[in-house]
Amino acid sequence: MANPQNSSLPTASVVARVAAIALLVIAAVAAFAYTAGWLTPARLTPAKIVDSLAPPGGPVKGYRRNHAKGICFAGSFEANGAGVSLSRAAVFQTGSYPVTGRFNLAGPAPTMADATGRVRGLSLRIQTPDGQEWRTAMINPPIFPVAQPQDLYALQRATADKNDPEAVKKFAASHPSLAAFGAWAGSAPFTESYAEDQFNSLDSFVVTNAQGEDRTIRWSFVPHAPAVAIPPAELKTRDPNFLFKEISDRVAQAPQKWTLVLTVANPGDPTADPTKAWPADRRKVEVGTLVVNRIEPEADGPCRDLNFDPTVLPTGMRTSDDPFPAARSAAYAVSYNRRTAETESYPHTHSKEQP
Amino acid sequence: MNRASPAFSPLQRALHWVMALGILAMLFIGVGMMSTIDRVYLALVNIHKPLGIAILVLAVLRLLVRWRNGAPPLPTGMPAPMRLAAKLSHLAFYGLMIAMPLLGWAMLSAADYPVVVAGMHLPPIVPHSAELHATLWAAHRFLAFCFFALILVHLAAALYHAWIRRDGVFEAMAGARARR
Repeated sequence: MANPQNSSLPTASVVARVAAIALLVIAAVAAFAYTAGWLTPARLTPAKIVDSLAPPGGPVKGYRRNHAKGICFAGSFEANGAGVSLSRAAVFQTGSYPVTGRFNLAGPAPTMADATGRVRGLSLRIQTPDGQEWRTAMINPPIFPVAQPQDLYALQRATADKNDPEAVKKFAASHPSLAAFGAWAGSAPFTESYAEDQFNSLDSFVVTNAQGEDRTIRWSFVPHAPAVAIPPAELKTRDPNFLFKEISDRVAQAPQKWTLVLTVANPGDPTADPTKAWPADRRKVEVGTLVVNRIEPEADGPCRDLNFDPTVLPTGMRTSDDPFPAARSAAYAVSYNRRTAETESYPHTHSKEQP
Repeated sequence: MNRASPAFSPLQRALHWVMALGILAMLFIGVGMMSTIDRVYLALVNIHKPLGIAILVLAVLRLLVRWRNGAPPLPTGMPAPMRLAAKLSHLAFYGLMIAMPLLGWAMLSAADYPVVVAGMHLPPIVPHSAELHATLWAAHRFLAFCFFALILVHLAAALYHAWIRRDGVFEAMAGARARR
């Protein structure tokens, strides 16, 4: 049996069958290429978002592609148990949970002067004994400048547009949320310290409690230290790394604290739009305290090789209809994949060869 | 045609077709999730991880079954280079089916991401290391494209056996009578 039988097929038939096989293979390649986005250059990929964040001279290798300048810290989250009514996540049960975090400045250059950092950031990883983690990356403005990830890309493109000096103005005209953000950026004081800043999730998330009830929340870490504004004229004279030095000294003196406040949305609140603040009367629940105990330079610190992906959430928390966490997760992964492949550009300073 | 060519066992055929679907889905989900910032990104990632672990489990099972049951002999008329290609491709398939999920798992471990699959917390299988992550990620990505290329060659070869050589090789896995 099993002699090759193609001799019995007429040549034309063989040609037709080979063509059919080739067509199937080509169709499979085309479907794959389409899925990968190679046939649709207009698709907004995470790589494009990350590319758009780079300064004109290209990205700084080895560093995060945005919020490149940062300093690590270690501490704890002291949960008071009040969050249990909102979420069954272990992190809200009364107890102390280890935190790895990072203070940072928005911007693609790790060498930027601290006084030029309008947007400051706080990233956290809180671990619970059940093996779960809550990762979050927050910033200090009370609202986000744009309502959609696509708008963020368009804004980055407009900012980088050398042919049209009016590009940002045109963008702002069609995106009124930018003006509200601009009003904050133009008027909010620069504080003396990360320890004096409030950091906000801006994005909304859904929490589920033990009874299975869902609520949509945003959250803020509210500083215990009173805010001291730096006079604008004095800002320019500050050391380029004054924030790093200040927070290192301050934490060396005493642990620094922030209260975690969850804000619960009412039905109909704009949960999908981080440019819109929720009304001030919404229910707020203080669920615990972030305690920062130790500052560590990033090069050898525990935060350098962590991705503070805001979609790493414990059971009892999940993403909402807010489109940003998914986009951020996708873009942060690209940034992480790129910078971890460039560690020779940002080496650890503690050489293992040292005696 | 009414050839009683020996076929793979029903279990082997079931594993083959279920995994074929699963692996194709994995490859499309993999390149698809890398290409989007929409909410579907999270949904795709949340399918990719448990499906990868499921494929790892099935691949180990399949290797054991293959070890025990073997494979039907190739037709005697097959030229030696074609036989060698068939054997090597099977080896490559088993290698990739087991290596790809392990690379994915290791890559997440090296990045110190929590590896939660279908509600289960899996332990890290390599230490937290940026350099290791970069290597594993590059390997996972590169081998994914190799895997897809291998599947295309496999598909073309299977159809070549089914439609042109008509030697029963395709039917041994398809489980259907040879068609004209």
